[in-house]
Amino acid sequence: MSALTSLPWGPMARMTGRRVLLAVPVLLAVTLGVFAIAAASPFDPVRAYAGTAGLTASQENLDQLRHNLGVDQPLLARWWHWLTGALTGDLGDSATLRAPVSQVIGERIGWSALLCALAFVIAIAVGTLLGVLAARRRGGLLDRAVTSVAYALEAAPPFWLGLLAVWLFALKLGVLPAGGLTDTGSEVATAGQIARHVVLPALVLAVSQLPWFVLYVRQGVGDALAEDPVRGARARGLRERTVLLQHALRSGLLPVLTLIGSRVPELITGALLVETVFSWPGIAAATVEAATSVDFPLLAALTVLATAAVLAGNLLSDLLYGLADPRVAFDG
Amino acid sequence: MADTDTTTSGTGPATSGTATSGGRAADGRGRRAVRVGVSAALTAAVVLAVLVVPLLFPLDRQAVDLAAKLQPPSLTHPFGTDEVGRDLLLRCVYGLRVSLLVGVVAALAATVIGTAVGALAGALGGWADRAVMRVVDLFSSVPHLLLGIFIVAMFRPGVWPVIISVALTHWLSTARIVRAEVLSLRSRPYIDAAVSGGASRWRVTVRHLLPGVLPQAGLAAVLMVPHAIWHESALSFLGLGLPAHEASLGIMVNAARGSLLAGDWWPTLFPGVFIIVPTLAIAGLAGAWRERINPRRRSELML
Repeated sequence: MSALTSLPWGPMARMTGRRVLLAVPVLLAVTLGVFAIAAASPFDPVRAYAGTAGLTASQENLDQLRHNLGVDQPLLARWWHWLTGALTGDLGDSATLRAPVSQVIGERIGWSALLCALAFVIAIAVGTLLGVLAARRRGGLLDRAVTSVAYALEAAPPFWLGLLAVWLFALKLGVLPAGGLTDTGSEVATAGQIARHVVLPALVLAVSQLPWFVLYVRQGVGDALAEDPVRGARARGLRERTVLLQHALRSGLLPVLTLIGSRVPELITGALLVETVFSWPGIAAATVEAATSVDFPLLAALTVLATAAVLAGNLLSDLLYGLADPRVAFDG
Repeated sequence: MADTDTTTSGTGPATSGTATSGGRAADGRGRRAVRVGVSAALTAAVVLAVLVVPLLFPLDRQAVDLAAKLQPPSLTHPFGTDEVGRDLLLRCVYGLRVSLLVGVVAALAATVIGTAVGALAGALGGWADRAVMRVVDLFSSVPHLLLGIFIVAMFRPGVWPVIISVALTHWLSTARIVRAEVLSLRSRPYIDAAVSGGASRWRVTVRHLLPGVLPQAGLAAVLMVPHAIWHESALSFLGLGLPAHEASLGIMVNAARGSLLAGDWWPTLFPGVFIIVPTLAIAGLAGAWRERINPRRRSELML
């Protein structure tokens, strides 16, 4: 318990508060930018809403519809209307999924969080292991093999990796399902089914994030192995394991752990592609659906949500950095 | 493909040189030379293939040979054939041509925006600098691909929306690099000399600062090309990229999903390989270039 009470809660809370205040203008600017792009686009929400009926509808009907949808108002008025609605939890209705946007997000965000959290844990664990193994003997056979594979994987598009994984594991070996959340035909989602279905997408997402972790851990631990404390520990005749785990890993891993929060944008990018490949019912797949059918309310809400996630990740990063390195103050 | 600045002290002699013997260092240098050679050869092969093959083997988009559909790789078709019997090797080269063209144009646009914004921020300084960097922070808090998807969705898929979306999301790193470089150049004596010689702010920026940052901006542009290709393929794969008749690599992977589910792997595998190989080759060359610009910072590949 003493570890918990000795944490600098006060400065951390102050920093969080400052960041939340700073996030408000950023989120406002992003929402305004989203509305500005929509206003500049040639896309007409009225015709999209009316569908084929819009081709035969009279001009009065179209104008009435335009008024009902609130599209005839100027940009700032629409933005303000959306913003005040958003604060009360009303984000508008999604035309493609035929449900309120807040309900769509509420139903799907859990699945995305599950997938991303699993992938992140796998990537950190495997990345640390491979990075340390590679750093132990730089320029060795294992190091060269791991770094080459890491570079190749970093260049590979996640959707391509996902498709090849589907081919290998679902079609050739037939050990894992190719996509979705449950088996076709089954109505209820049991934990066992979900566990089987989450394996492949989570692995592919983890593999797409893995190169960064491997290369950073390798560099951090490798540099730490060349530092004086490690040389001193070796000179005192400590076991190699103790040197590696207690000295090199501890100081080499810190910069990596603190940068974890800044990986949120890449994680979102990966999730957008992986969820689409595996028809995973998360919000990233919903984003792509919303984009292909120009579902503006859903797309706007999800863009703002992703921005908030990135800002939260940055905050986490800085908090961890302040905790890990006492020389860094919580001011920023 | 993260914009990480992995400025590492690598396998080379820079850090390990103190600890290891000269033999290891020479070994590292030899390996680096091999890497640069291979990267240069691959890049040359890619550029040559993209430029020459369309002259020698014109692609007939309508040509359909259903008798030869979905043949596995063989001597006549090294990459096999697709679902309507077209040769995949030829299609991949044409797809790379489209992807590379879009990638180069988008990377150039991103670099021009980034250099202009970065030079402006660095040269003006003060509140203008702070305001510009706020905008950079604002753009970097929206995930790149999501912003790209949003822009393309709002302006319906096509070549120009894709290029604009890549340019609008990828100028940030260049702007940061150029700004930092300008800030460090500003305090050099030759700038002071130019200012005391009566040069205007504009003249100092254009004649004295910009030439100094051009090598860095050029490097950023080269490194941007694989990013742009990757971005374009992802958008195209999602159906939010180029129109289907501009068969880029991402569109080919997307179109091959049907064949893949039937068990035919080659229409999916080879377009992806055509994305990876040029990316690694360009990264290898850019690494060598960076060491020339900045020999004190030994670095490894950066994607």
